[in-house]
Amino acid sequence: MPAPSNHSGMHCSTGHTISILPGRTRTGEHEPFDRIDIGPGDTISIVGPTGSGKSAFISDIEVFARGDTATGRTILVDGRLPDEAFVRDPAQKPVALITQNTRCLTDLTVRDFLAMHVRSRKIEKQGIIGETIALANEFTGEKITEEARMTALSGGQTRSLMVADAIMVSCAPLILLDEVENAGIFKDRVIDVLRLHHKALIFVTHDPLVALMSDRRIVMKNGGVAKVLEPNGSEVAALRSAKEMNVLLSRMRERIREGDLITGVA
Amino acid sequence: MKLVIVAGPPSSGKTAVIRQIIRGIPGMATAYLKIDVTRAFEVEELVQEFGIPAKVVYSGDLCPDHAGVMVLADALSWAKNEGADLLIVESAGLCLRCAPYTTQALGLVVLSATSGIHTPLKMGSMVALADIAVITRTDLVSQAEKEVFSEHVREVNPSLELIETNAVQGTGMRYLLREVEQFPAITDAGTIHLRGEPPLGVCTICIGKKEIGWQNHFGVVRTLDGADYLYRGD
Repeated sequence: MPAPSNHSGMHCSTGHTISILPGRTRTGEHEPFDRIDIGPGDTISIVGPTGSGKSAFISDIEVFARGDTATGRTILVDGRLPDEAFVRDPAQKPVALITQNTRCLTDLTVRDFLAMHVRSRKIEKQGIIGETIALANEFTGEKITEEARMTALSGGQTRSLMVADAIMVSCAPLILLDEVENAGIFKDRVIDVLRLHHKALIFVTHDPLVALMSDRRIVMKNGGVAKVLEPNGSEVAALRSAKEMNVLLSRMRERIREGDLITGVA
Repeated sequence: MKLVIVAGPPSSGKTAVIRQIIRGIPGMATAYLKIDVTRAFEVEELVQEFGIPAKVVYSGDLCPDHAGVMVLADALSWAKNEGADLLIVESAGLCLRCAPYTTQALGLVVLSATSGIHTPLKMGSMVALADIAVITRTDLVSQAEKEVFSEHVREVNPSLELIETNAVQGTGMRYLLREVEQFPAITDAGTIHLRGEPPLGVCTICIGKKEIGWQNHFGVVRTLDGADYLYRGD
């Protein structure tokens, strides 16, 4: 894989620190943390069984809850309650949420779709469309071209383009990815590139590699945060194994796709 | 009593938004009036869920916005007798020529983000004359489309309050609830009137002339090319 290219995203303003203040579990217990701060370049994974409150957690961030959601959590931006425009104007909102349900419905070519978004953002920067597509192509193995129609892109291409668009055009300093691991994107690549861009990234995930690659891991249970883990290097060996297994599985996946019989593990 | 009038294309999520208003302001006694053309299912659902006074009016031979204006004065008395603090009127959401909003009422247009980025530009006075646009199903479309959609709403009506929501979950609803709570009550029901200008032409189709072609009609007529409107005397 090539080294991450230096996409500038220079028109984007600098990141914010987003803080989560505790709420309650489904049975009314207080969540056992004082405050979770998320700054530029941080990677956090949210783990826990189905129905444990993972999606509600990132939804609280997406809507900037102030004690008015089912969980009772409050979200601060740079230490205080954010201005309303910041939360309500989609062009100012510092968060982009991408889920498995997120679709591009507009039947335009990739170039025209991005041009439309760039225009609505009033961005003058030359070459931003090409840079966005190039970045998207770092996340997916199926090459996206300028002339491809948005509605004809595969799930993996769409998700890759959405992440690239959120970085380059929306300038969103915080990107929320809800269980997109099966969507055909290079998740380790996404994490590396987002770190490079000083973006904060929150993954809702069941994927061991993604969980181990994150700086912090929030463990959900019964609608609330049960633990916040900071491995601080203690999981290095496990991460190394997970990466090796990932390489092995990727290679097998490619061969299975090609129609090979897999008679050995190498 | 307050009056809220809700418009928006069919299946844009109007009733889901209304449910969130009723649920979100439990201290306010709400009455509900649905105006539709042929069939409506909302009344039964809302009565069952909230036990509120609710009525449906089928417009039949009238256009639904026309029917709404006809029955609104009666509906205000009905809601008042039911002891309501808030009357919510939901229109059928068909006509892009007129809008059902009146003076002394909060006008809400409900638009689905999945209906395509150009939708706000096609909705005419339904968007232009509203006070608040509630954009539903924002969880299903890309960030780029969300932004362009909102930009188009602002193009039609720069002073519109924009509220993005997933109306089923009720995300983002707090801003709408606040607007409803802060909106003033009706001061003088006798002076309420329609905000928009009704159509200039009197419809000859409405009086039963079914032949195609402007030559067969009277009053304000139109040709395919050339002049905008022609007047053809009776």
